[in-house]
Amino acid sequence: MPPETLFERITDFAARADPYPLYAELRDSGVARQADGSYLVGTYHEISALLHDPRVSSDPRSRAEPHEDPAATGLPPSFIGLDDPGHDRLRRMVMRPFGPPHSPHRIDELRGEIQRVAGELADALVAKDRFDLVDDFAFPLPVTVICRLLGVPEGDVPQMHTWADAVVAGLDFAPGEDPSPRQRAAREARQAMGLYLGELAEQRRRAPTGDMLSALVHEPGPDGALTRQELMVSAVLLLIAGHETTVNLITNGMLTLLRHPHEYDRLRDHPEEMPAAVEELLRYEPPVQLLPQRSPLADIEVAGVTVPRGAPLILVLAAGNRDPLRFPDPDRFDPRRPDNQHLGFGSGVHACFGAPLARVETHLALTTLLRRLGDLRLVEDSPEYRRSPVLRGPRHLHLEQHRR
Amino acid sequence: MTTPARDGRIVVVGASLAGLRAAETLREKGFTGELTLVGDEPVPPYDRPPLSKQVLLGRVAAGDCGLPARRPVDARWKLGVRATGLDATRKRVLLADGEELPYDRVLIATGTRARPWPHPEEAALDGVFTLRTDEDAARLAARLDAGPRRVLVIGAGFTGSEIASACRERGLPVTVAERGRAPLIGALGGTAAAFATRLQRAHGVDLRCGVTVTSLRGSGGRLTGAAFSDGSSIDADIAVVALGAVRNTEWLDGSGLAAGPRGVACDAGCRVFTMYGIVTDDVFVAGDVARFPHPLFEYQMIALEHWGNAVAQAEVAAHNMVSPGPLRRPHLTVPAFWSSQFGLNIKSVGVPTFSDQVILAQGRPEDRRLVAVYGYRGRITAAVTVDRAKWLDHYRHLIETGAPFPPAPGAADFHAGHEPVPSDVPDPRVLSHGPTVALTGHLPDRRLTLLRPGG
Repeated sequence: MPPETLFERITDFAARADPYPLYAELRDSGVARQADGSYLVGTYHEISALLHDPRVSSDPRSRAEPHEDPAATGLPPSFIGLDDPGHDRLRRMVMRPFGPPHSPHRIDELRGEIQRVAGELADALVAKDRFDLVDDFAFPLPVTVICRLLGVPEGDVPQMHTWADAVVAGLDFAPGEDPSPRQRAAREARQAMGLYLGELAEQRRRAPTGDMLSALVHEPGPDGALTRQELMVSAVLLLIAGHETTVNLITNGMLTLLRHPHEYDRLRDHPEEMPAAVEELLRYEPPVQLLPQRSPLADIEVAGVTVPRGAPLILVLAAGNRDPLRFPDPDRFDPRRPDNQHLGFGSGVHACFGAPLARVETHLALTTLLRRLGDLRLVEDSPEYRRSPVLRGPRHLHLEQHRR
Repeated sequence: MTTPARDGRIVVVGASLAGLRAAETLREKGFTGELTLVGDEPVPPYDRPPLSKQVLLGRVAAGDCGLPARRPVDARWKLGVRATGLDATRKRVLLADGEELPYDRVLIATGTRARPWPHPEEAALDGVFTLRTDEDAARLAARLDAGPRRVLVIGAGFTGSEIASACRERGLPVTVAERGRAPLIGALGGTAAAFATRLQRAHGVDLRCGVTVTSLRGSGGRLTGAAFSDGSSIDADIAVVALGAVRNTEWLDGSGLAAGPRGVACDAGCRVFTMYGIVTDDVFVAGDVARFPHPLFEYQMIALEHWGNAVAQAEVAAHNMVSPGPLRRPHLTVPAFWSSQFGLNIKSVGVPTFSDQVILAQGRPEDRRLVAVYGYRGRITAAVTVDRAKWLDHYRHLIETGAPFPPAPGAADFHAGHEPVPSDVPDPRVLSHGPTVALTGHLPDRRLTLLRPGG
């Protein structure tokens, strides 16, 4: 049976390599009610307004028909699935050891470490005629960094990876397939990861090691300390988000640059232009394509359409990023785009928590790759994609290298 | 191609935030002519907001607050020289050093200065400060380092409150004297100001409202204390006079322009009016010194002492200075400001004093995290957040679109039972601090308000 609704066509795996024509269709159809009662929004200004609207909930329990029982893991929801004031409280407690105003140097102090890891991974590629950018570079870099940031010992990193993959598989949409085994595996992985991180935090309580978990248990702010369960779900959230997004940004970045060889050469010769190029990548090929979790807490009007309370509200960030009403010539990759307030990290109170880290990682990753590697060629274009329509990126990116 | 508007001579009078951003924008828009910046301070443009915050806390030196350049401006800088007059007929800016700068177009960006203590012999006492310049901040920070027994802050507007906050963070005893009923009342209205009152007291400020300082006492040329209108008195080694700002317009006396104590009046495109309400086409104004009509606030002439307004208005003014008529833009930015005090981040959009009602739309004062939304005759005109700035975009959009007040229900962190209450905006004449937004009349051509005597 062919897929029917626009949302089903977007989530259909066949659309993964190039969903942008469907996004254009979505923008043209305004706020699009789907047959299942959900609403799809793909225009920039409407998405931006909804991301800042205090009547739009991120809590799955706000749905008229909750699709998943968040308590099934026995763990409370993490702040990504909570509304204020609960979201605000948890997020600022976790932010305390991560960023400003209390820890303005945490990310900056990781630069040397990120550069070292990126350099070592690139070293291993220099002599190869052919390699997979995902498995050999784009995946191990952010995983190593997020584990280092939190304080997960190097020996346990592979286990983290196994769990994170299972959790992300649980988020997949696959029309026609029974998602319950995947979702059960995801819950189990989330639980196991939470227990592991809770136990690790206990060790850090006895013997702090200067990492984020140590800071979370040792330096509570005015809101007091996180409960053990809050700490577990927050650490799981950071680990998964740190695993599964930056890998796509780096991979999509190299893919995009290889498709635009003039820009590739220019950025290799002008690494100082890379920060702006990373912003353009976040607009042009955002690693998080859509936010599927929102729903209104009251009937709200969006572009002349009333979205009823509790209806699933799906914000297609990647469609908003290509909205010609916001970005001139939106389908053009322009690393020097002057006015580039993209939705790649979302916006509003749920704006990407790890954005400063993702920016630094991607900046260092791409400049290192461009500087160190020889002439690259895509073995296949387009590459094989990962299943997820949400966290979209190539599963592998096989490259051939001709040494210069 | 060189168009006439992109060539010629432009003089920018005032070399602070608005002047610098205007100069950069002129070059960005393709102005290729001679550009001169005149500033009465001897140093390159610097950022003022940190002066009452990080600098007083000793985290940043006053001399390290230079404004980053967005681009080279290729200008002649006349720093440390005051402009003394503007000859609109001969098109010249007159300088204190005797030089006359001819112009084809001129931008007035002379800003404001701190309102001085009204009794000069008391103001001259060692230990009495105002806070406006980097030098003021450096001297005050050094005196706070020395560990004064008590600091008196006169005026509880944003600057006075931030100074009091910095002193408390340093552990110094502070008395704040405010002629109005509460701190920040002139900017936020009485209802929100009650929150500021509790905040200051919770941080150990000796807050005295409804009183004025009747005299500053000294001995041997040094400040020793102050007497209040309620008959009480205190000992203090430092007094910071935070009575708001005076607009730097005296140099325009006799210029024939609509310049006076309330600022320099202009149209929505930053073109200055003459004293007859006739618009000029070669004199522009931007920043704290400008007063301009804003359609969102019923075309009242407003003057904003806001960092963001200085930037936005300077960009519009510069654009209009080098653009032919049909391509000119109005300055319609929704006003916005921020303050950090007592560990909280306070931000605002719109004009809170342009209101009759206010409602707690999100959060609660007891949590010190909230969004207060202001309305005027059933329309949303402002919002103020305390540690919840990420919601402001929503309310800015509601202000821009004239959305009905109170805001529609449904916010996740709305607390049931909060109803609209009067915003209780006082008459600015009863304040000892000047409000940072001044609503100063209704129409651009009201000569009566323009010719009001100074003071």
